[in-house]
Amino acid sequence: MGIIKARKLVHEYIRRDEEGNVESIQTALDRVDLDVKAGEFIAILGHNGSGKSTLAKHINAILEPGEGSLWVDGYDVSDDANIWNVRQSAGMVFQNPDNQIIASVVEEDVGFGPENIGVPTDEIWQRVEDSLRAVGMLKYRTHSPNKLSGGQKQRVAIAGVMAMQPKCIVLDEPTAMLDPNGRKEVLKAVHKLNKEKGVTILLITHYMEEVVDADKVYVMDKGRVVMQGTPREIFSKVDELKSYRLDVPQITLLAHELRREGLAIPEGVLTRAELMEAIERICQSY
Amino acid sequence: MSIILNKVNYVYSAGTAYEIQALKNVNLKIEDGEFIGVIGHTGSGKSTLIQHLNGLMRATSGGIYYNGEDIYDKDYDMRGLRSKVGLVFQYPEHQLFETTIFDDVCFGPLNQGLSKKEAGVRAFEALNCVGLSEELYYQSPFDLSGGQKRRVAIAGVLAMKPEMIILDEPTAGLDPKGRDEILDQIAKMHKERGITVVLVSHSMEDVAKYVGRIIVMNQGEVMFDDTPNGVFRHYRELEAVGLAAPAVTYLLHELSERGLPVGTEATTVETAKKEILKMLASLEKR
Repeated sequence: MGIIKARKLVHEYIRRDEEGNVESIQTALDRVDLDVKAGEFIAILGHNGSGKSTLAKHINAILEPGEGSLWVDGYDVSDDANIWNVRQSAGMVFQNPDNQIIASVVEEDVGFGPENIGVPTDEIWQRVEDSLRAVGMLKYRTHSPNKLSGGQKQRVAIAGVMAMQPKCIVLDEPTAMLDPNGRKEVLKAVHKLNKEKGVTILLITHYMEEVVDADKVYVMDKGRVVMQGTPREIFSKVDELKSYRLDVPQITLLAHELRREGLAIPEGVLTRAELMEAIERICQSY
Repeated sequence: MSIILNKVNYVYSAGTAYEIQALKNVNLKIEDGEFIGVIGHTGSGKSTLIQHLNGLMRATSGGIYYNGEDIYDKDYDMRGLRSKVGLVFQYPEHQLFETTIFDDVCFGPLNQGLSKKEAGVRAFEALNCVGLSEELYYQSPFDLSGGQKRRVAIAGVLAMKPEMIILDEPTAGLDPKGRDEILDQIAKMHKERGITVVLVSHSMEDVAKYVGRIIVMNQGEVMFDDTPNGVFRHYRELEAVGLAAPAVTYLLHELSERGLPVGTEATTVETAKKEILKMLASLEKR
């Protein structure tokens, strides 16, 4: 069994009036199936309100399934007895770094989680050091978090999750509030954790460029998984993506437009190098 | 009609150990009807700069002149300036508070001392301008999607009929379609109403697509002030300060470095496509 497995997962937000009568029901997750293998890098795309964040909150047992089942690292999330195991297996990083940092010194913030679960002091320090090194923030260990840039704060937040030694990290739009450099730093750190430490990554994002290096992409719309495949498979369907209020990376779009003009360029070009090669080949044929 | 900044300096926490000079000798002239993008990494002074434009922050030294009048003159009508220069903060939807969308947008004009009827007319116009459909006007703003909420918040500033509107990252956290919708709406407003627009953004692609002039801030100083093509020509310098050029600009530079006769100025998918087709046509002739 994979590290995350969902079968027909349903979640409904039910609004009630003052007397407790149901006013409206909004289906945020509609029979979602998901299979993630340990060590994979998964990206989840979808417009605002498509159900991405609701899904993320299930993986961390913040929300409970209405119907269907979800297993995280073999634990059934519907079973209350498993909540702490689930949360320890799957760490979560949110959009706003300022909401996730609590201590006044970087290393204390990172050590907060392990301290809470009673890890021996020596090991806490070891974990703090390892985690900060993994995200490239070790030299800021004695700094105050509020003097850091957005990208640095977000990496501290990721280190805090890493210190809990989760098998899987769910990142819900971790770069939405960052500048280009901050985005790059965070993405680099996340990819490094995935490659070097084998941590399974679920990245939720609105930036199509961040998805290019993922192993697999899921696209959500109206609570359902409507597309899944490798980035190349997904981004070769430009028009379908646009119908879900999404987009493709700028390079992919340019390649798509040139192809429409009749140039011999393959669909689903992801990187500058690929497009350059295709254009050079065309030039040589003249 | 214009705003002139003359040798503006701003120092945070002057005289303490945390003293930081956020603006250094900034000289700028913003003409009526311009569409300007402001870019810079986190902490570069962008937000400090825009808050000077409507008098929310007071320069430590230097002068600011709105339509030829010194805004720091003791008889200057600062309140008046704030309704002429509208500022839309980041995540403006967090500032919605009324029970209906219409009332929320009326709040600004009513505060300006307009009658209920006049405020209503203003609200109607502003909501129409941001493209919100009429059946939503009397609903609670809290039931809207993220993109819609943000439009209501922008309408709230527009209803005060500013001559100039400054938007601090109006698309942060929105899905790609939502980003395009908001920016298209702003561009339309600029075109139809002739309103001056200042757009602060972390997305180089968006800035390249919409604005006529880009101001690049770095460490409190104006680093570049030019057309998008003129600014992104300096992509190497931009990288050094945590920024970047649009992906297509890199592609053109790389093609040119490989000896292909392609123009490298383009910064949007549309213009890059033209350059590449032009190059291929010229190769074909040979």
